Amino acid sequence: MSTIAPSTIDLASRLDREAPAVEVHDLRKTFRRRDRKAGRFARKRPWPALADVTFTIARGECVAILGQNGSGKSTLVRLLSTLLIGDGGEARVFGHDVDRDASTIRRLVNRVSVEASFFKKMSASENLSYAARFYGMTPRQTRTAVPEILGRVGFPPERRSESMENLSRGMQQKVALARALLTSPVLLLLDEPTTGLDPRSKLEVQEFIRQVRAQHDATILLCTHDMAEAETLADRIGLLDRGRLLFLEPVEDVKKRFGVETLEQAFFAATGREFEEENGDDEDDEYREVFG
Amino acid sequence: MSEYAIEMRNQLVGLFGIVERNVYLTKRYFLWDIAFMFWTIANTLTIVFIARAANLPPAEENTLATALLVGATIWAFLGIIFEFMTETVAWERWEGTIEYTFMAPLSRLVHLFGQGAFAVLYGLVRATILFFAVAAFLGLHAPNANYGAALALLALASVSFIGVGIMTSVLPLISPEKGAQLGFVAQGLMLVVSGVYYPVSVMPEWMQWIAKISPATYALRGCRASIVNGAPLVWANVWPLLIIAVLATPIGLAIFKVGERYAKKHGKLKRAG
Repeated sequence: MSTIAPSTIDLASRLDREAPAVEVHDLRKTFRRRDRKAGRFARKRPWPALADVTFTIARGECVAILGQNGSGKSTLVRLLSTLLIGDGGEARVFGHDVDRDASTIRRLVNRVSVEASFFKKMSASENLSYAARFYGMTPRQTRTAVPEILGRVGFPPERRSESMENLSRGMQQKVALARALLTSPVLLLLDEPTTGLDPRSKLEVQEFIRQVRAQHDATILLCTHDMAEAETLADRIGLLDRGRLLFLEPVEDVKKRFGVETLEQAFFAATGREFEEENGDDEDDEYREVFG
Repeated sequence: MSEYAIEMRNQLVGLFGIVERNVYLTKRYFLWDIAFMFWTIANTLTIVFIARAANLPPAEENTLATALLVGATIWAFLGIIFEFMTETVAWERWEGTIEYTFMAPLSRLVHLFGQGAFAVLYGLVRATILFFAVAAFLGLHAPNANYGAALALLALASVSFIGVGIMTSVLPLISPEKGAQLGFVAQGLMLVVSGVYYPVSVMPEWMQWIAKISPATYALRGCRASIVNGAPLVWANVWPLLIIAVLATPIGLAIFKVGERYAKKHGKLKRAG
């Protein structure tokens, strides 16, 4: 990639080359929440979002974590992006502890979440410039970098100055990908990046992720509930179920292990439940309760 | 460049980014600003007309009206700084960008000071328009006004206001639903004790003690003296503001960091809905 934030280059060159991109050991996170069936005034109970999760991701690898709503995928991404503090265990990104070395990690990581969160009245160019400033990119740098990165994700040049609120969901998600890549992260966290997109936009975003892998030295953690997407993009696939990581292996090994032909069948074999039947509560519900 | 120099440069660029974003948003919401300005002018007129109703000789009426106008103008300025600071988190949460801002490598001090810097610039423009619009409407005269001294004192007070604003800006972080309202409680408390429309001496003694730690008390006293009587910058107003400025920012930042950690522990650092 030619559009690289200067500070990121500087830090990336100082990373411990021996350290894996991500190391997670016995990571735990528990929220307290009310059982909604028990009524509004019921006592809050502990709800484990992540339970003793352990895994490692090598540099340059693309790992997909599959799981349904409420399985803990978003909690994992938010812990690795320093937005949450765990209750126990350890998580390291390129050798840096996510809690103690948060400021170093923030230079190395960026993410794309299911909601393409932007200032809605600002244009794509303005939103990207704003995000880039936090990573040390000056107006002179973003004047060339922003159109270039938007071009790479297939964003129409004539719509760069249009308010985000006038763009389709697929367009907004492309801008979200552009925002994440503009800062040249060495670890890219993708939290359901194609959920809710139309089939064409979904394929375009997936193609772009492939391009990033091919052209850019980035490690990718893709959290999704789309099994086909995971299978086509990732080197290894993990299954997170109710906060527990049941396995993390190459897809063929998963199928061999359970003696099945598809990942849906593997999910059933691992959990005893159909993948579709689960409709667990998302971590976001805990937040809505805060507002409620 | 050394690592320290790179970091300093990046933080300055980040600070510029916060100011630049607010400029973009102000341009987009320009009509809202005009409506808000109209409301502020109307509200200030309702206060300044009290001087007309007092049936004083013209010179005394002019003095009272100017003193009330100075109070209303500085209060409007202070209100903008408080609003910007208190809603730093609330706006980002509403727009959904809060997670991206808080996971960015921007120091919290720079983040909050960037917001404060824009609030001061924006507040100054609005306060200037308000002051001269109302003065022109009522035909007020301030022939001895020392605007330079008033402006210098307001600039110094702004640092204290930002520091106090940082303390209140943590509230929406730890209480997404009620935090902003609690910020308005703090702002209201400052309004009551700082002598915006009356001398501090008319309040009960315990309230006068609280007035001593409010930066608005010294800003109002000094600006009123400079505009009504043409007084220069007085050390008695400067040193308390210096002390509050030096103390309020690190205390505010420490409080914010504790609040941020609490929010991260309890999963509250996320977008609305």
